[in-house]
Amino acid sequence: MSALVESTSLRKAFGPIVAVDDISLHVRKGEVLGFLGPNGAGKSTTMKMITGFLEPDRGTSKICGIDVAKHAKAAKGQLGYLPEGAPLYAEMTPKSFLNFIAAVRGIDGKARVMSVAAAIEKTRLEAVVDQRIETLSKGYKRRVGLAQAVLHDPPVLIMDEPTDGLDPNQKHHVRNLISEMAPQKAVIVSTHILEEVEAVCTRAVVINKGRIVADGTAEDLMRRAPYHGAVAVRIAQDRKDAVIAALSKHAAVDRVELIERVNGHISLRAIPKNGKPIATDVAALLREHSLPVEELFVQRGKLDDVFRQITMTEGKDA
Amino acid sequence: MPSSLRGTAAIARRELGAYFSTPLAGVFLTIFVALTGAFAFYVGGFFDRGQADLYAFFAYHPWLYLLLVPAVGMRLWAEERKTGTIELLMTLPVSPWEAVVGKFLAAWAFVGIALLLTLPMWLTVNYLGDPDNGVILASYLGSFLMAGAFLAFASFVSALTKNQVIAFILAATVCFLLVMSGVDLVQNALRVWTPGIVSSAVSSLSFLSHFEEITRGVIEASTIVLFTSVILFALFATVIAIDQRKAS
Repeated sequence: MSALVESTSLRKAFGPIVAVDDISLHVRKGEVLGFLGPNGAGKSTTMKMITGFLEPDRGTSKICGIDVAKHAKAAKGQLGYLPEGAPLYAEMTPKSFLNFIAAVRGIDGKARVMSVAAAIEKTRLEAVVDQRIETLSKGYKRRVGLAQAVLHDPPVLIMDEPTDGLDPNQKHHVRNLISEMAPQKAVIVSTHILEEVEAVCTRAVVINKGRIVADGTAEDLMRRAPYHGAVAVRIAQDRKDAVIAALSKHAAVDRVELIERVNGHISLRAIPKNGKPIATDVAALLREHSLPVEELFVQRGKLDDVFRQITMTEGKDA
Repeated sequence: MPSSLRGTAAIARRELGAYFSTPLAGVFLTIFVALTGAFAFYVGGFFDRGQADLYAFFAYHPWLYLLLVPAVGMRLWAEERKTGTIELLMTLPVSPWEAVVGKFLAAWAFVGIALLLTLPMWLTVNYLGDPDNGVILASYLGSFLMAGAFLAFASFVSALTKNQVIAFILAATVCFLLVMSGVDLVQNALRVWTPGIVSSAVSSLSFLSHFEEITRGVIEASTIVLFTSVILFALFATVIAIDQRKAS
């Protein structure tokens, strides 16, 4: 099946500043694409071009195969979009707002009543439907924005930082909501919260300075972490030399590093050659030498480190 | 309903609702009715004229609109841009034209409501004497058309900025020039350095002279054409402005 979102070679410059430089994105049904990057990397600008709000200098964007520049209305009909910061008409109530959105989208009569009710239920807005939006908390406002985006059950859902500024419970709820809807849709979620990528995304694209610098699953990204697959062991201090000697000799271990020294205990890290899994080898080796271990675990590497590594390569202003 | 009308109608309804969701609507309507009355009775000498007509009432409409119409129109787009809702609106399946017309119609309807609230003036003058109701009806329609023309410019100016105060001042200035273009003050300044055709062209744009014609009971095609084309032109300019500046 072809991709529901097809953006090809998007480029946008604001005066002399090139905000987005040759970004192509293809998202299929069932995929949740995490769109990552430091602030100012061009995430929002890219999303604005994908949704047709902003005209690209070059490149095209298609939603469900419909060109957003040539057939804007048809393409936008297939799209649910939550802009950055979830802008809303503050003087309306969630109910009147959602009814307005439904009316503009051409959902009338019984279908409107049903879709508004469904969106309210999905985003748990029941308690505040008749309150003015300006009086709502940030979490509720964000949910109204989400309700608006999913109201017409669109095949393509694009959300710019949907969990920004929410508390942990609200974040959890929004992520669940995205995961629930994901199988029937193509979803793009921009974020700079990395745990979110692991939690909801099937694929992550990292951009920096308007260019794609990484594209893969969260696992792929993790593999680029400096200590990915390393095995950490905690031992008593007096065993230090014996353990280091034993581990260093092992064929699959590249080198052994000291992590920290706390209250007479020492944490060491064995880094594998070529990223091969070595946990079983290390455990067997230590047992063989009768070296007692207090703790042993495989380090997955931190997504934060990977993120920093790939977005700070050009140094100074990242 | 065709899909373009549907979007326009939904936007117009929402926008009109937005006027009435703040105290602004009440304040505006009160001021409008109070001022039209005050001008008619105190400045226009409604009773002193000793004639059963509403000339004294309508004569001050251009001047009132100068301040009040920009106040109605200033928020149309400036607010959308300031709060970012324009991104929401323009990613819904509506074209810029539909959105611009929808918003304009809402503001125009709001001014129309203000005009309707002055109907007691009409009743009063009918009670006191025997006015030419045809002229009064024409004046009401002319006044409404003129308000629409001012409003279309206010909509355009509002699309140029995120700041409502700036939108108000710019719109008031543009409206002032449109009203004044036939007045000797402006005409003399023009005649000195431009060929006659320019000054007469500018003069023919004057809202004041066209509106005065209407209040005297003379409805010329050129007047209707002027107001309508000014509205269409300014709305067209609004669409361009939205397209160019929506994201900045």
